[in-house]
This record gives sequence, C-alpha cells and structure tokens, in this order.
Amino acid sequence: MDKVADPKSYTAKDFASDQEVRWCPGCGDYSILNQVKKILPEIGVARENIVFISGIGCSSRFPYYTETYGMHSIHGRATAIASGLKAANPKLDVWIITGDGDALSIGGNHLIHLLRRNFNVNILLFNNEIYGLTKGQYSPTSPIGKISASTPQGSLDYPFNPLMLALGAEGTFVARSIDTNPTHLRETLLQAHNHHGASFVEIYQNCNVFNDGCFAPFSDKGIKEDHVVMLEEGKPLVFGADLNKGVTLDGFKPKIIELSNGHTPEECWIHDPTDRIKATILTQFFEYSAEPGALPRPFGLFYQEERYSYEDHMEDQLKQADDKNGAGDLDALLSGPNPWQVA
Amino acid sequence: MKATSPNEAVIFFAGDSGDGIQLTGGQFSETVEIFGNDISTFPNFPAEIRAPKGTLFGVSGFQLKLGSVKVFTPGDQYDVLVAMNAAALKTNLHQLKKGGVIIANTSGFDKKNLTLAKYENGTNPLEDHSLDNYDVHDFDVTKMTQDALVDTGMDRKEIERCKNMFVLGFVYWMFNQDLKYTINFLTDKFKSKPELADANIKVLKAGHNFADTSETFTSRFSIKPAQLPKGHYRNVNGNQAVALALVAASKKSGLGLFYGSYPITPASNILHQLSRYKNYGVKTYQAEDEIAAICSAIGASFAGNLGATASSGPGIALKGEAMGLAMILELPLVIVNVQRGGPSTGLPTKTEQADLLQALYGRNGEAPLPVFAPATPKDCFKITFMACKIALEHMTPVMILTDGYIANGSEPWQYPESKDLAEIKPPLIKERQSDDHFLPYQRDKNLVRKWAIPGIAGLEHRIGGLEKEIDTGNVSYDPDNHEQMIKIRAEKVEKVAEVFPDQTYEQGSEKSKLLVIGWGSTYGAIESAIISLKEDGHDIAHVHLRMIHPLPSNLGEILRHFEQIIVPEMNNGQLVMVLRNKFLLPIKSVTKIKGVPFTVQEIKEAILNQLRHG
Ligand SMILES: Cc1ncc(C[n+]2csc(CCOP(=O)(O)OP(=O)(O)O)c2C)c(N)n1
Ligand code: SF4
Repeated sequence: MDKVADPKSYTAKDFASDQEVRWCPGCGDYSILNQVKKILPEIGVARENIVFISGIGCSSRFPYYTETYGMHSIHGRATAIASGLKAANPKLDVWIITGDGDALSIGGNHLIHLLRRNFNVNILLFNNEIYGLTKGQYSPTSPIGKISASTPQGSLDYPFNPLMLALGAEGTFVARSIDTNPTHLRETLLQAHNHHGASFVEIYQNCNVFNDGCFAPFSDKGIKEDHVVMLEEGKPLVFGADLNKGVTLDGFKPKIIELSNGHTPEECWIHDPTDRIKATILTQFFEYSAEPGALPRPFGLFYQEERYSYEDHMEDQLKQADDKNGAGDLDALLSGPNPWQVA
Repeated sequence: MKATSPNEAVIFFAGDSGDGIQLTGGQFSETVEIFGNDISTFPNFPAEIRAPKGTLFGVSGFQLKLGSVKVFTPGDQYDVLVAMNAAALKTNLHQLKKGGVIIANTSGFDKKNLTLAKYENGTNPLEDHSLDNYDVHDFDVTKMTQDALVDTGMDRKEIERCKNMFVLGFVYWMFNQDLKYTINFLTDKFKSKPELADANIKVLKAGHNFADTSETFTSRFSIKPAQLPKGHYRNVNGNQAVALALVAASKKSGLGLFYGSYPITPASNILHQLSRYKNYGVKTYQAEDEIAAICSAIGASFAGNLGATASSGPGIALKGEAMGLAMILELPLVIVNVQRGGPSTGLPTKTEQADLLQALYGRNGEAPLPVFAPATPKDCFKITFMACKIALEHMTPVMILTDGYIANGSEPWQYPESKDLAEIKPPLIKERQSDDHFLPYQRDKNLVRKWAIPGIAGLEHRIGGLEKEIDTGNVSYDPDNHEQMIKIRAEKVEKVAEVFPDQTYEQGSEKSKLLVIGWGSTYGAIESAIISLKEDGHDIAHVHLRMIHPLPSNLGEILRHFEQIIVPEMNNGQLVMVLRNKFLLPIKSVTKIKGVPFTVQEIKEAILNQLRHG
C-alpha cells in the first residue's frame, strides 16, 4: 500500500483508508469525500504530512476514511485541537472537518477564535442545516420555523449566516461550494489549500434522511439557474438560464438587471475577492426567496486577504527569544538568577 | 536593647493591596534565605485587585516563618505583625502571640482609616491602651518617607509608593539582616529609571537608620542560619516549581513543550512564567477558554509535543470531556489543578483540597488517570517532573493536584543539576518497521502503546474518541472488545504503581501508636505537629501520599500495622473515603474547610484527641 513516495504520483486511491464508509446511501458527504480524495494528489503534500481533525457528527466521521493522519475528536472542538496541532508543528497540512452543529453551535467559540488568529489550516464546514447524527433536530443554520424532531411547531431561532460570521471573525479566506457540483467543489478546495491562513469553506451538503432537498434551489437543474450566481474573479455577476440576468450595485444596494433589456454584462458588478465591503454585501445575498427578482445565492470565493498566520508569529517570537537570550540552558533555568550556596 | 535568639520567628506583613506587601515579603524572604535561614511563606491576598483602600476585606498579607531549624509551615501565630493601616491590624491581631511585636504606620490610623476598619467611634487602638500587652512600635512611616525624599522632586504619589521600603529597612534592622540583597534588587529592577532605584534605596536605608538610632526600640531577633544540607539553593514557590519541571521534562525527553491555558487564579502564574521561556522552545498559548486550552494541548501532544495545561476548580470542570478524550486516545498530557476554595467560583484566592474526587472520578465513563499530589513548594518540581515522565512513558494523561497554599508559598530549594534528572524515554516510533499495517493500539508489557506522530511515512493512522478495537484501533462496538479495552486501560494506569517509588514514612514507623496519612499541602502542619508531639514523648507515624491514583503498591501493607489512622485534609473527607473503600479499614477523618491551611496546633489536637478517645 505504501509504494508512493513522490507526492506527485499519488492517485485518489492512495488516500482511501481500509475503513468501510458508513454514511447513509445518497448522503452528500460521499461527494465531498470523493472530491477531497481527488485533490489531495494535486496539492503536492506528502501523505504523512496531512492531518484531518474532526469533531462529532455524521460529517466528522470523515477522517476515518482518508489514508492520512487523523483524529476524530469531541463535539465542537476540532478547531481547538487543530490550533494546538498546527502551533506545535507548522509544517503539517491541517484540515478541519466539521458540521453546522459542530462548528456553529457547540464549537462556535473556537471557530471564531481560530479565524481571527488565522492559523494556516483549511476548515470544511459541511452545512446540512440539520443535526444528522442525533437524528434530525434543527441546527443553527436551519431557517426560522424549521419543523424538526425537536421543533414540532417550528424552530424559533434566527439562523446564522456562516459566511458573514466568518468575515466578522476576521476570516482571511471565505468561500462557499456545494456537494452536487464536484468541479466547483474541487476548485474551491484547491484554492482553499493554496491560501496561507485560515480557509473557511462552507459546503452545502444534502442530508437525504433528515433534511432532503433543503438546497434543491441551488442544486436542481431547471431551478438552480435562477438562484445561483457563480463568483469568479474579474468576471461580472451574471446568472439565469441563458445568463440573462446580472447584479449591479446601486450605492451599497445590490439590484438585478435583465441583460436582454439593452443592459450588458459590463454594467454588472465585477467580482473582486479582495474587496471586503463588497464581500460583506455578497454574504448578505442570503434571504432566499422563490419570488422572481430575488437575489441569487453566490458560490465561490467571496473574500481573500493575506495576513500573517498565528503559527508564523509564534515561530518568529521563539526565534527572537533565541537570538536575544541564546538557546536556553536548563541548569541556568533551574538555578534562577539568585542562587546561593550552603557550604 | 533586648536581643532574643529564638530558633524561629514568624512575621506577618499586612496592608492595603496597593501597599507593596507582597514585594516586601518576597524581599525579606530572599534576604533571610541567603543569610541561611530555612523559611516557609504564605502570601494571602484578597480576591479584588485593588479593593477600596483601608477596608477590612482589602487587606493583603504575607506570612513568613524563618528558622535556624528546619521550618515546615509559615507558622500558626505571629511574633511580629507589621500593620500599614488600621484594617491590617484589626484583621490580624488575633493571630499575634501575646506580647508579640506590632509595627504600625500611624498615618494609616487616621480617622478615615479607623472608620473603614470599623473601630467603634473611631477609637484608635494605638492610643486606647488596648494593645498594652504587646510590644508596640508606632511611627509615621508616610511622613518619614516623605522627609527622606523631600529633595528629590518626586510627587506625593511616587513618594507614597516607596513607604514599604521604610518598613522593610526597619524590619531588616530588627532581624539583624543586611540590606545588600534588596539594594541589588532595586538597582536591577529600576535599571531604566535610576532615580527611582535611588529613592527606594534611600528610603530603605532611612528605615534601617531610624531603627538603629531610635532608642525606644527594644526587641531584636537574632536567628542563626539553619543547618541546611550543603549545596546550591534558590527560593521557589509551587507554581514556579511546576513550570520549571515542565521545561525540564521537555528537555529530558527531547520533546517541545506546548502549554495551553486560560487565566485563572491561582494557576495563572504558571502561564506567565512559561511565556518567558521561549528560548527554551516553550510554546505558550492563551486559549479562548479552558476547553480550548486542553484541546490545544491534546493537538500538540498528537503532534509529538509534551502537551500541558493548568487551571483551577471551575476551569478543571470544563476540561473534563477533553481529559476523557486524551485518556481514550492514550496520548500523553499533563493537567495541573491548582486547587482553590469551591464550589463554583467559591473562594478564588483561598486554598482547599476539595477537588480530589473530581480528579479521580470526574469524567464520564471509566476514565482513570494517574493523580499526583506534591506536598510542598519544592516538591512541586519533583512530583511534576515524575508525572511528566509517567505521562510520556506510559502514554496517558496525568493530573497533578497542587493548591493555592503551595502554589504561592515559597521555601529554599536545593535545586538539581540537569544531569542528575532522570532520562525520559517516550515510546516514539521513528520510522516504519515492517510492511505490515501499523497497529497504533498494540501494547508492550506495561500495556503502553506506541506513539507515531504525523510526519512519518507509512505510519498514517486515525485515532478518535469512539471505542477502539484491540491492537488495530479501528472503531469497534463489539461488547467483549469494549469490556476488555476498559480493563486494559485501567490496568495500564494501575501499572504505574510498579514504577513509582514505594511509600515511606516521613515520621515514625510501623511500631508507632497512630498513623497520620496526609496528601498535598497539609504536609508541613502534620510534620510539625508530630515532631512537637515527639518532644512530649508521643510516637506518631506520618505517611504522605504523592500519588493517589494508583495508590503506592505497599500502602495496604503499611496501613495494616496500625489500629488508629487519621487523615487530615482541607475538604469534607475525600481521601478518607478512597482509603476506606479500598482497604476496608476504620480510618478517621479530620477536616478543615475554611480556605486557610491547618495550623500545627489543630493537627496536634486532632492526634491527641484520637489517642485519648480512640
Ligand atoms: C458534548 C456533546 N454534546 C452532544 C453530543 C451529541 N451530538 C453528536 S453530533 C451532534 C450534532 C451534529 O450535527 P452537525 O454538527 O450538524 O453534524 P452532522 O451530523 O449533521 O454531520 C450532537 C448534538 C455529543 N456527541 N457531545
Ligand atoms: S443522517 Fe444525513 S448527514 Fe448523516 S449520514 Fe445520513 S444522510 Fe448523511
């Protein structure tokens, strides 16, 4: 099994562990696992330097299925464990696998702190707008009024907008993709990996058992065209079945224009992932509505910024201390500055 | 002038939290240590940082016993009480020996201070003859400090801050001590502001001269150096000793030290200290909460570091789930609990031993860990080092229980040389050894698994909190496998007793009349009580546990020699429960849960009471 030493000659198969995958048939998690296994041979990292850390949830079983190092930890804490792992050994290529309950409910605190610290890790948030593993309770991303196992009359809490949260927590790479678009998912994963800093990727994932079809407007042929806009750097925000619609900005207010009515794509909003204000507006394309004229849901890279990572700073401080004081001598430490002798 | 030469003396410095009491006490301690006295100290401060000036609850204290003989505790009663204000006198007078010395700053006894200290109708105890049975030296420290610095151009506030040096100079004179150590300290501390160094030194000398020239002062203590074993010494408190041991264990194992923590009294100093050791390769991480703190340490440990974390009661409660994870992962991890008064936020700056059962049993499922308990500040080094060695060599999280008393208390420590410290050999595998699939949960004769850290080709594996199949570590829900794994993990921890030194007697022997079993910071009070009773002809044995889980292998054997056993502890009877359960013996409990340590007298009485009434 271990013939591949040169990272470039890996294939997706080299990343399959010997464990039987146990998600429900038809679960969106399969697609995500497959795309991750497909990009791993491309990222140029030796298999032994890759680590997957997950919390608890259906999605968090993920590390068992990849032939890398991995830890399936406790609910909500994958981000905290990965932070210590990365700080201890910055050379490792660290991936965090988490669900909407895991990352945003019990683990919300660690997620925002990891983002502001900007550890150079990749966070894949499998958002299925439901608690899968515990059998179908509403989650922090479920829409208000969600009928679920624990909310027979509909949920009361207002949902999180994960990308807005990530931006607000000073995330330096904020993107969205979906399980049903493998090509886009692979591209997004590669971009996330290439970013130096915390990459936050929200992946819409269908839980066909407890929340089937919750992302149908963004995945189903014939519907999605009117509800999805793909973000590409330097390209206009256009969508619709024949790319007949565009988004423009009227001040800070996004507006939809019909391109058939004499408008041209050049008039549209041109996507610039380094523009934080525009990225913030983009994350607010969130109020889903079936009404014609509603804003489409954006997919792709919303925002990216270069910022020194926590572990880089940490290594710098260690080095500075070394340069200033010399490598620590244990005997000097034990005696302290004021020893005395009893003769 | 009356000079007395007792074997030991207790001095208590007390004043407002802003009066520099802790620094004064610290300087006095180090000076007498270098002179050659044995000491034991106990800082005692309020939970509020700058409690309103002059109030009873705002009094900060520093207790110190120095001796020409071995000193075990900071003492039950004071010989000398330094009171910077009325509140300091009011809250501490009851602990002063009859006829003891009071040094009082009269400017801290003005109308306002007397009212704040709740002296009825503002009567001044320095003037109403209520202190006639004491040896009172009252003078206006504030004014004399101002006089000494009148030409410096410093403002009143700055001058005010120097007044603790006047008192220190005065006390140095009383105890026949040299100013040299403190002068050097001040020169170094104010390196960048030499005018402040000069001012403080001036005031220090002024206090000393005042004592020397003034004829009213009659008491002087002359305590000879103690007969400490030959060697090199330094002063150390418990938190410092823990920090040093973590670094030492990291060096001796060749692993980096990663310390994840979230601030909490009285554990924060460990974080402060370790954050200054970056040139020793120490990585400190102030996490967003205690859960993140322990989880970051687990992550670092997975990466091949010595992962460590410390906290106190409320924080330890938060870490519980992650401890269970580390336990089932079988990764090394060091968890220090600097205990304080509980429950909940409890008494944050006071000491207690009430987290023992939490340490032993406070996790879901069957999740035993080795639990260690240092007895004194310097013992914190030895036990923490040993605990790190066991964590690393046995692939297990370990818990170390100290408390506020030994964490902040200090004593002279004959520090070791690094070459004399034991080597630490974690079961790391450096490379793939065969073509067979790596089995991360295969065990050696001590039931210890191998440690394969990310970065080694061919050893890729996944670990997790789900139950594991024997050897392979694959997820398994098999009932028999689960039961076996529970037993294997428990037995692995039990086997730690085989490498831990046998239990010995601190005092007495199997022939003694009665056995006192202690753990943690009650050590000093128990030792002193037994030594004192020996002088009265009582033969009492003392056994002090440094490891509470597993218990030392020969403990049962020791216990069976005694008909009478008592266990004093600062809780509602926790160790006694464990011992009764394990050995089925009628062991008696002696408890104190007041946020302050046992006095020697209390332990003596408990022993005599037991001897009398059986
Ligand atoms: C401390 C703790 N609380 C609760 C649980 C139960 N639990 C397991 S997974 C989960 C929610 C999972 O939802 P999500 O993170 O969205 O993952 P999914 O299963 O949908 O992939 C909960 C509540 C747990 N394992 N640990
Ligand atoms: S319950 Fe839902 S999320 Fe979980 S495995 Fe089944 S389909 Fe996937």
